[in-house]
Amino acid sequence: MLSTQAIPQSWGRYPRVKPARVVPIYWRDHLPDLQALPGPLLAYGYGRSYGDSCLNENGTVLAASHLRRFLAFDEEQGLLRCEAGVSLAEILDLIVPRGWFLPVSPGTKFVSVGGAIANDIHGKNHHKAGTFGCHVTRFELLRSNGERLICSPTENRELFEATIGGLGLTGLILWAEFRLKRIHNPYIDMERIRYDSLEEFMELCAESDEQYEYTVAWVDCLASGSKLGRGIFMRGNHNQSPEYAHKPLPRKLPLAVPVDLPSFTLNTLTLKIFNTLYDHSQLQKRVFKVVPYEPFFYPLDSIHDWNRMYGPRGFFQYQCVVPYDQGYDVMKEILQRISRSGQGSFLTVLKKFGDVRSPGLLSFPRPGLTLALDFANQGPKTLRLFDELDALVRESGGALYPAKDARMHGEDFKRFFPRWQEFMRYVDPKFSSSFWRRMALVPAREESATVEV
Amino acid sequence: MALQKVVIVGATSAIAWEAAKCMAAQGAELFLVGRNPEKLETVAADLQVRGAQRVETFVLDVNDVARHQEMLDTAVATFGWLDGLLIAHGTLGDQRKCELSVEETLREFQTNALSVIALLTLAANYFEQRERGCIAVLSSVAGDRGRPSNYVYGAAKGAVSLFLQGLRARLARHGVAVVTIKPGLVDTPMTAHLRKGLLFSSARRVGRGVYRAMQQGRPVVYLPGYWRLVMLIIRLIPERVFQRLSL
Repeated sequence: MLSTQAIPQSWGRYPRVKPARVVPIYWRDHLPDLQALPGPLLAYGYGRSYGDSCLNENGTVLAASHLRRFLAFDEEQGLLRCEAGVSLAEILDLIVPRGWFLPVSPGTKFVSVGGAIANDIHGKNHHKAGTFGCHVTRFELLRSNGERLICSPTENRELFEATIGGLGLTGLILWAEFRLKRIHNPYIDMERIRYDSLEEFMELCAESDEQYEYTVAWVDCLASGSKLGRGIFMRGNHNQSPEYAHKPLPRKLPLAVPVDLPSFTLNTLTLKIFNTLYDHSQLQKRVFKVVPYEPFFYPLDSIHDWNRMYGPRGFFQYQCVVPYDQGYDVMKEILQRISRSGQGSFLTVLKKFGDVRSPGLLSFPRPGLTLALDFANQGPKTLRLFDELDALVRESGGALYPAKDARMHGEDFKRFFPRWQEFMRYVDPKFSSSFWRRMALVPAREESATVEV
Repeated sequence: MALQKVVIVGATSAIAWEAAKCMAAQGAELFLVGRNPEKLETVAADLQVRGAQRVETFVLDVNDVARHQEMLDTAVATFGWLDGLLIAHGTLGDQRKCELSVEETLREFQTNALSVIALLTLAANYFEQRERGCIAVLSSVAGDRGRPSNYVYGAAKGAVSLFLQGLRARLARHGVAVVTIKPGLVDTPMTAHLRKGLLFSSARRVGRGVYRAMQQGRPVVYLPGYWRLVMLIIRLIPERVFQRLSL
């Protein structure tokens, strides 16, 4: 399942490009000489980035998923140190039975720790806990000149901040240490609330953000008019009752999409049916349930290789954030455009980011509303829609998420990530990615002197 | 079968590590033997975090046969007694180089067959007098039939399989399980240079299989199980036909 010897792909399976070679990294004490390897270099874990930020066409991919050993676990303090290729799934298997949980959980647990840092991932508790990078205490970075640097908020701080959200461009992360969160048991007190409009979503956020650690909404992206933005709001907290502490977790059925489905499988009609069914799957307004953590955090992980549903042409994911002040109107406009286009996906997620600041220079989350959804790759038609949406995001002062991108424009990247010039000083001269080359950023002249670190 | 105190030889190999993770999760005490001290320490720290009650390391080149007894004695002295021994070391040499060099061929044989047989000879006597326990060895499907592409490796593994077959019958009377493990193609550092096809399985899957086989004290285990059928068919092909196949 996690074999990396195959040709590295991204989760959206677009673009389909090949590296010139894949070099597996097995041991921290027996590292390849990066200077001797033909560049450009890029670390690759489990390929869960959607676009091309984890791809390195014609370059050398450093397969880091073999670096998956634990180094130390302080069970008193909740401090875990492990190699960068350890997946969050493996961490959960270890820590949950011992009463600890990840400080931040993305929508899939099949990502590596290195990837979690490089993309400064976020989750349903962003409004409370910020990004993954907020909980990292230190890590070791291998630079292409062979230097191995411990980076933390106090040691090599600039590289620490550049590497968090740094898209793997500052070097190869070998191991990382981060803080965990105490839990009483593996269950979540979950409440699902059916809501009818974007207004109602905003009210639910306002009402829930204080008292609920986790909040997120699933949106029917095909609904329009007065129903625009309708969906199901989910909020939850870790269950605290002792009676669940020893309740065994249900065994999961291993489901998988074994082959590529034809590209037409997900079309407007099937999406309409799915979205309507999902919306009506809950007849009551509110449902309260105690659920195991896995279906709550990682609903799609139970279907392995679900990305194959989009067929061989692959798919795009579009995730943007728009700031609070205009958030509501802009989000409304974005949803209208998507609804009108008839494209859009069966899983659209809407979430309110909080204002916890990440140390990362290029961190994506910022206060505002974030929307994430899949689009089957229908060629120019899909790309045109994205350009329209980009304009809205740009005008609002928002941003797009590089980890999910395969098509944003370099000019926009500069606007979305105003600290990019500062960041470029810490990019390892031998590291690059398909995404990075596509951005084709050239720093202004006075800034172009690279600082050796 | 309780696998509470286990010696793992070749402990830094991918399959051994996966099996050791299962033991660690059960709170086992593990005695890790390997050639490289840094790799051993890396694996030891990992297994400690995963729940092993105690992890000790012993640096040994298995071809240093004279030190085998010392290693076993140290393990017994450290843990008091042993429940299991897993021998997992091995090299996948270059078949072509072996064909061109007697030295190379003998070295492959030394590492993959003779060092294992030497170790088994000593360990068998320990477990025989203890009248319980489990000895498991990673052999290979390559030992089931000689093929032009890797018959040196295959012959060494075949020798080990045959040795284990006899040993199993001898020790069965003394309550000791001897487990021959025949993995198929596994995605590990040893096979990093090979192109990965559909027949490759993950070290994790195979390592878990090793652990289960040891727990159950099974005689011969193919991992994954479908290799039993594959190898049955391969063994049934008449020699004249087999010669013409490019296997």
